[in-house]
Amino acid sequence: MQQTHEMHGMGTQAGAWDGFAGGIWQNEVDVRDFIQRNYTPYEGDESFLVGPTQRTTDLWNDVLSLLEEERKRGGALDMDTDVVTGITSHGAGYIDAAHPERETIVGLQTDAPLKRALHVNGGIRIAVQACDQHGYKVDPQIVDTYTNHRKTHNAGVFDVYTPEMRACRSAHIITGLPDGYGRGRIIGDYRRVALYGVDFLIRDKERQKASTPNVMTEENIRDREELSEQIRALKQLIELGRIYGFEISRPAVNTQEAIQWIYLAYLAATKEQNGAAMSMGRTTTFVDIYAERDLARGTFTEEQIQEFVDHFIMKLRMIKFARTPEYQELFSGDPQWVTESIGGMGVDGRTLVTKTAYRYLHTLENMGTSPEPNLTVLWSTHLPRAFKEFCARTSIATSSIQYENDDLMRVYHGDDYAIACCVSSMRIGKEMQFFGARANLAKCLLYALNGGVDEITKKQVGPKYRPVEGDTLDFDDVMGKYLDMMQWLAGVYVNSLNIIHYMHDKYCYEAMQMALHDAHVHRWFATGIAGLSVVADSLSAIKYAKVHPVRDEDGVIVDFEIEGDFPKYGNDDDRVDLIARDVVHRFMGFIRMNDTYRNSVPTTSVLTITSNVVYGKKTGSTPDGRKRGEAFAPGANPMHHRDSHGAIASLASVSKLPFRDAQDGISNTFSIVPGALGKDDQVFFGELDLDGVDWANDVSFENAVCGACCDDPSAPDGAIDGDR
Amino acid sequence: MSGMLGNIHSIETFGTVDGPGVRFVVFMQGCPMRCAYCHNPDTWKPGEGCKTSVAQIVDEFERNRAFYRNGGITVTGGEPLLQPQFVGELFAAMHEAPGGRVHTCLDSSGFGWLPGKPERFEKLLGECDLVLLDVKHAHADAHKRLTGCDLAPVLAFGGELARRNIPAVIRHVAVPGITDSEEECEALGRLIAPWRNVVGLEVLPYHTMGVEKYAELGIEYPLAETPAMNKARIPALRQSILRGMKAGRAQLAR
Repeated sequence: MQQTHEMHGMGTQAGAWDGFAGGIWQNEVDVRDFIQRNYTPYEGDESFLVGPTQRTTDLWNDVLSLLEEERKRGGALDMDTDVVTGITSHGAGYIDAAHPERETIVGLQTDAPLKRALHVNGGIRIAVQACDQHGYKVDPQIVDTYTNHRKTHNAGVFDVYTPEMRACRSAHIITGLPDGYGRGRIIGDYRRVALYGVDFLIRDKERQKASTPNVMTEENIRDREELSEQIRALKQLIELGRIYGFEISRPAVNTQEAIQWIYLAYLAATKEQNGAAMSMGRTTTFVDIYAERDLARGTFTEEQIQEFVDHFIMKLRMIKFARTPEYQELFSGDPQWVTESIGGMGVDGRTLVTKTAYRYLHTLENMGTSPEPNLTVLWSTHLPRAFKEFCARTSIATSSIQYENDDLMRVYHGDDYAIACCVSSMRIGKEMQFFGARANLAKCLLYALNGGVDEITKKQVGPKYRPVEGDTLDFDDVMGKYLDMMQWLAGVYVNSLNIIHYMHDKYCYEAMQMALHDAHVHRWFATGIAGLSVVADSLSAIKYAKVHPVRDEDGVIVDFEIEGDFPKYGNDDDRVDLIARDVVHRFMGFIRMNDTYRNSVPTTSVLTITSNVVYGKKTGSTPDGRKRGEAFAPGANPMHHRDSHGAIASLASVSKLPFRDAQDGISNTFSIVPGALGKDDQVFFGELDLDGVDWANDVSFENAVCGACCDDPSAPDGAIDGDR
Repeated sequence: MSGMLGNIHSIETFGTVDGPGVRFVVFMQGCPMRCAYCHNPDTWKPGEGCKTSVAQIVDEFERNRAFYRNGGITVTGGEPLLQPQFVGELFAAMHEAPGGRVHTCLDSSGFGWLPGKPERFEKLLGECDLVLLDVKHAHADAHKRLTGCDLAPVLAFGGELARRNIPAVIRHVAVPGITDSEEECEALGRLIAPWRNVVGLEVLPYHTMGVEKYAELGIEYPLAETPAMNKARIPALRQSILRGMKAGRAQLAR
């Protein structure tokens, strides 16, 4: 036993781990094992929560002024132009440099609040453009270095793209490819830094490097180089800690340190990478173990712990990157997707909700609402009722919580997964994703009709297949042509992504995030679909109504006349819903036919939450009656105003899409005015005694059926799950 | 009887304002009233709509049953009492639904009840768990002006519900200048005071969301000059009705 401890550095961990239940996690990196053995599920209500300290309110007001100033200056408060960002590129930065002690959790991306860092490895031209739009000029020497002496990801990709790929890209049949910005969608297991300290993690990575085979195939060379980069990043992470006065080579000893260590590791990742989604992971249950220990020991009070959480979330609200105007158009603004996954259920049936889940959500009350970090509740029908009600109340008050279906994802990812970006689920530290933007399946349908000719530019972009003939579209004919065109598109798409991820690994490697992963990482090869409801309705129109193509003088179909009515996706009508399901299934089948980079496992998503407007703009009229340039519906949504049976029917249509073919996520975005969510007025009398002498003005109101119907256990839980 | 057909205007699968919980709402086609503020004029004509069977509706409900666990089904309109046998069969089927008993709720203006033909309504009333009874105006003459129909049958239906002790929520739409006076609300309270089955009271603020439909249907909108109801006044009006109820009950006790 003694020997084991020495081998794995137990001696130095002992103090930090006092009071924790031991297990495998002590000898190898296994955060989940630590959590499972030590966390305290919480089924109570929110009455233990405390408001913000004066210090928190003052500090947050300072940040609000800074954000206001940033808006006034057109979106960027300040930008780095002569320091290339890296884990240790900057000295310490504080919200209030004169009084750093006001912040209980510290660390900024640069040396000043909201000052945007200069990321160049993704592509120097993109970095220059991002600065240009705010009137900043990148140091010419840096431009020269990254143009002529040090290659970037973007330069690498364009060295290899084929003419066909470039044509697809400029025709926007494939759009939003991460060839000029960080791919993101990788979540480092930042908790490891707090639990083990960085020294332990470095030793682990050194062992991994020592165990690589000695035969130097390309794969082994790459593995060894990447492990070296990971170890270098971990050493720099220790440096970053020292810049702020912390010794994070050792494990965290209390709640404040645990949060600080996690945050520094995350901060290091953001200093190194400006990925399209820099998500946080799933930290509440982990942090709660420290909070429970500190409360029991009397180390900290509830007020102090809430303050640490508030200050941590405040920092996450300040994460910013320099973006180009095109990027902002694609993503409708400047989202960071600092997604933090909260709650969910364990595979053993215990809830993973802890008091700290409440504390995180409570920041929305303590500091007001905010789109970032993207607080995401992993929703299960089995969550404690008190937590569900707290979430509902917080949602009503703040409109700032995202919900995702834990009952569905837990089946695939177990109970220690998190969401990257908006919906991409992955086991933390064990799975990562190659983000892959989207293929425009609505445009692909038009290519099928026009024999590969782009309906807007009239260029031959796709293969010169036979276009449709005649005055009325025939479903079987169109479907056959569509499948051929989808197969072609899937090939170009996957191969473009293969280039992108090869080059990203080579020139813009996420060393810090990957250092916080296991040696053998499961890689998802993400693809995406745009325009699904347009395609479903178009094919439905062709099948159930009469669709007459309108050709222009070049013989290209540019519009359609529809005779009669047809079933529309979004009304729980199998006639069209199954078309949508089939399209996803078939397209995914074509994706799977291709080799994917690093043996990654292909998946797809139907989740254009923001870019549906841009995709629509670049797509001609479609057979469903949508006119050229009109926006697509977001994600897997039905087209606007075509769902006539209300939200549940609409959701039921979406839920028929096969999750096993679209494991990267399916989204259905809909807004609802609070009044339409039920009555907040008084309706039922409850205890009110109309015959009595006194009756109060306030009567209870219960918006639920009592008695037999309510308690009917025959209704299956989780019946909305999509994977049927 | 599950093959019985009804004339349906439309279905809303996520109803949250017509009865407790999340509800599957069936809008029946056809209505005898012509309320000046009606926001569903497209449900008026009895001949239109879509012939739908009881079985079809049960099937649609069952597909997404999980959503309605704390709610149920509400039949509204139009005026559901114009098709009492169909609604009765539907409610009976919902009570015997394959996935378990479903809470049934009738949303009605009460007009359509035929006291002389109770047998036509027997099943409907026997299978109804809750009624949302919309009393449009407390005074007979004003009721006639506002809706084109008499108040007496509405009160007769309310009395029948009370006699059978079917739980009811009384609804009243407050329209500025028409049904928003303290006096009228108190009078309404007195009217409903004898009904011991009343479990709730809801005052709904008049809104102008129906205007567009009138334009589409080419009908003149009678309340074109009337603004939406100020929601802040609703609790006070509800208190007025409660006051009327209390006074009425006190009188009855004497």
